[in-house]
Amino acid sequence: MKGMSIIVRTVCHWVSAFIFLYGLCIVVYGHLTPGGGFAGGVILACAFGLMVLALGKESAVRAFPVGSASKLDSIGALLFLIIAILGLFAGGGFFVNFLQKQHPGEEMALFNAGIIPLCNIAIAIKVCASLFLAVVVFSVLRVVGGGSDDEFASEEEE
Amino acid sequence: MNLMPWLIAVPLGMGFILPLMPKRSPRISDLLANLATLLLVILSVSLLGKTAVYRVGGWEARVGIVLVLDGLSGFMVIIVAAISFAATLFSARYMDRYTARPKYYGLFLLMVAGMNGAILTGDMFNLYVFLEIAAVASYALVAFGCEHEELEASFKYAILGSVASCFVLLGVALLYATFGTVNMAHLSEKIAVVAPGTPAYRVSMFTVMLFIAGLGMKAALVPFHAWLPDAHPSAPAPISAMLSGVLIKAIGVYALVRVMFNVVNVAEVAPGMLYALMVLGTLSMVVGVFLAVGQWDFKRLLAYHSISQIGYVMLGIGLGTPLGILGGLFHLANHAAFKSLLFLTAGATEYRTGTRRLEKMGGLGQKMPVTAGSSLVASMSIAGVPPFNGFFSKLIIILACVEAGRYGFAAWAVIVSIMTLASFMKVQKYAFFGRLKEQWVRVREVPFVMQVSMVLLAILCLGMSALLLPGPKKAFLDPAANVLSEGKDYSSTVLTAQTTGDQIVVSRDMGEK
Amino acid sequence: MVYPLCVLLFLVGLYGAMTQKNLIKIIISVTIMEYAVNLLLILIGYRAGGIAPIIDRTYEGATFTPVSVDPFPQAMVLTAIVISLGVLALLIAISLRLYHRYGTYDITEIRRLRG
Repeated sequence: MKGMSIIVRTVCHWVSAFIFLYGLCIVVYGHLTPGGGFAGGVILACAFGLMVLALGKESAVRAFPVGSASKLDSIGALLFLIIAILGLFAGGGFFVNFLQKQHPGEEMALFNAGIIPLCNIAIAIKVCASLFLAVVVFSVLRVVGGGSDDEFASEEEE
Repeated sequence: MNLMPWLIAVPLGMGFILPLMPKRSPRISDLLANLATLLLVILSVSLLGKTAVYRVGGWEARVGIVLVLDGLSGFMVIIVAAISFAATLFSARYMDRYTARPKYYGLFLLMVAGMNGAILTGDMFNLYVFLEIAAVASYALVAFGCEHEELEASFKYAILGSVASCFVLLGVALLYATFGTVNMAHLSEKIAVVAPGTPAYRVSMFTVMLFIAGLGMKAALVPFHAWLPDAHPSAPAPISAMLSGVLIKAIGVYALVRVMFNVVNVAEVAPGMLYALMVLGTLSMVVGVFLAVGQWDFKRLLAYHSISQIGYVMLGIGLGTPLGILGGLFHLANHAAFKSLLFLTAGATEYRTGTRRLEKMGGLGQKMPVTAGSSLVASMSIAGVPPFNGFFSKLIIILACVEAGRYGFAAWAVIVSIMTLASFMKVQKYAFFGRLKEQWVRVREVPFVMQVSMVLLAILCLGMSALLLPGPKKAFLDPAANVLSEGKDYSSTVLTAQTTGDQIVVSRDMGEK
Repeated sequence: MVYPLCVLLFLVGLYGAMTQKNLIKIIISVTIMEYAVNLLLILIGYRAGGIAPIIDRTYEGATFTPVSVDPFPQAMVLTAIVISLGVLALLIAISLRLYHRYGTYDITEIRRLRG
C-alpha cells in the first residue's frame, strides 16, 4: 500500500506524535481521570494505525518492527502478572495493593494509589502492541490471482 | 490454602512466557509447557479435600472477587489438570507437523488458565470473563492449521460461541439489575427469599432460561450442538481431546450446574427447569448416537458421541436426587478420561496413516499395538463393559432414573448405551482389527511420548472404577455430589466462615458430613 | 422506556446473525448484539440527576455515594468491551483467511463440512 497525497502525509507526521503523547497522558493519569490502561493503549495503537493508513505499512513497520511488537505484547502481560505475584510476597495476598498500604501518597496526586499506575502502564504496553499487530496483519492481505501463500508466513493470531 | 491462585497464575504466566521463546528450538517450549501442566497436577492433587475461600486483593466479598474451593471445584480442577497433562505430553511430538509451536502452547495454557478460573471463581461476572478467555483461546486453537475446513469450522464455532456469550452476559446483567450483586453467595441468599409471582421471581426464571441457552450452547446440548461436529474433528488431536474432554465440561456443564443448583437453587424454586434439563439431556443422548452410527470419519463420529455422553451427564444431574447427581458427576469424570483417550488414539492413527476415514484404515492393530490396546480400553469404557469405568457410571445413572420413577428415560438410556456399543464395535473392526491393507504395511508405532500419554489415560480409565469403593468415594466423589444436592449450603459456607486474619478464609472440611 | 429499546437492538443483532449470508455482515450483527448488552448494562446503573463516578477534591466518600451513578456496571462494561474487541479481531482474521482459501465471502458457498 503506497502512501496518500502530500497533504495527508505531512499532517500525519505532525499529528501522530501528538496522538502518542495524548495516549501516554491518558495512561499515566489513569487513577485520577477516566481512561487508564486499556483506553490509553488503544489511543497509542491509533497513532501507529494512522501511520499505517497515511504513510503505508512499510513505514509503520520500520518505526515499530513486528518482532519487537510481539515480544512487547508478552512482556506487558508478564509485567502485570509479576506485579500481582509481588503482591503475594510483599503484601500477603494476590493482587494486594501493597504499595498503597506501605507507602501511601497524598490524595489526588500523580504518585498515588499504589500499584494501579504500574498496572495501567503494563496493560497499555500490551494493548498497544496487540492492536498494532492486529492492524498490521489486517493490512497484509494482498490476493494475487489464485492466492499465494507467502504473505501468511508469519501468522500472528490474537 | 495459599495455593489456590497459583492454579490460575501458573498456566497464565507460562502462557505469557512461551511466545517469547524462539521458534527455532521447539523443545524448550515443549519442556516448559509440560512442566507447567505437571505443576498443575501436583497443585490440584494437594488441594484435594479442602474447602477454602480466597479474597483476591484483600477486598471484601461484595466489592471484590472471591475464589471458592469446595468439593465440586476441587473435583473439576483435578480432571482439568490430568487431561491437560496428557494432552501436552501428546503434543510434544504430534505438533511436529505444525509451525509456530510456542504460540500453540501459549494459547493452550491460556485455555487451561481460563478453565481453572471459571471453575474456581465465586462471582458471576468473573465466571463470564474466564469463560470468554477459555472460549476465545479455543476458537484460535481450532483454526490452528489454517486449512479450509479448520477455518470454516472455527468461524462457525466462534459465531455461535459469541452469540451464546451475549446470552450469558445478558443473564448476568439482569441478575445484577434485580438483586444488586454479582457475588454467587450473596445472590443465592437473595434469591432464596424471593416469593413466586413477584417480578424478581420472573426475572430469575427468565435468567435461568437464558443461562440454559447460553451455557447449554457451550456444553453442546441438543438444540445448540451444531458447532461441535465441525469444530472437534478439525482441531489438532490434543486440542480435540481438550475440547471434548474438559472444555465443554468445565465451562459448559460445570457453569450451568453451579448456577442452577447453588445460585438459583432450582430444586426448590422451580423443579420444572430440572425436568427441562432432563429432557434436553435425553434428546442429546438420542440425537447424538443416532447421528453417530452413520459416520465414517473417525473424529466426527467421536464428536457425535461426545454430544451423546454429555446428554447422559445432564440426565443424571437433572434428576436432582443424590444418586443421580453422583452418577452424573462420576460420568463427567469418566467421560473426560475415555473421550480424550479416544481422540488421542484417533490423532495417533492420523499421524501415522494420514487419513481419518474408517473405510480406508484396516488391521492397524498389528502394526500399532499400544494405540490399538488403548483404543480398545477406551471403546469398552464408553460402551459400558463391566470392569471399566463407563459401566459403573452408566449403571448409577440408570438406577437413579429407575429409583426416581422415570422409567421412560431409563429405557432411552439403555437403548443409547446399546447403540454406542454397536458404533464402537464398528470403529474397532474397521480401524484396528481385520486384514491389514497393503498401503499400511510400513506403518510403525507412534513415538514414545505419545504412547506414554495414551497409556497414562488408559490406566486412569481402568483405575477410576475404583472410585466407587468407600474410601476414595468419600474423599473424591461425595464432596462434589454433596455441594450440588444441598445447594443452599454453598452460600452459608462461603459467608459464615471464620477469618484467620489472612487473605485466606478456611471453613470446615466438606468431606465430613 | 430505554430498556425495551436495548432488547430490540439485541433482537436486531440476533436476527442479522441468523439470516445474513455475507461473513462480514454476520460479524457486524454479532457486534451489534454485544453493543446492545453493554448498553443495557450501563443504563442499569443510571441514577436520575447523578454525577459521573469520579472522585475529585470536592467529594468525600460519604457525600459521593448518594449522588453518583453506579460505577460497578461501568467496570463490567469496560471488561466486556475488551473481550468483544478480542473476539472481533479473531473473527476478522479468520474471515480474511477464509476469503484467501475459498475466494468468496458468501457463507452458502463455504460448506465443505456437512453431515
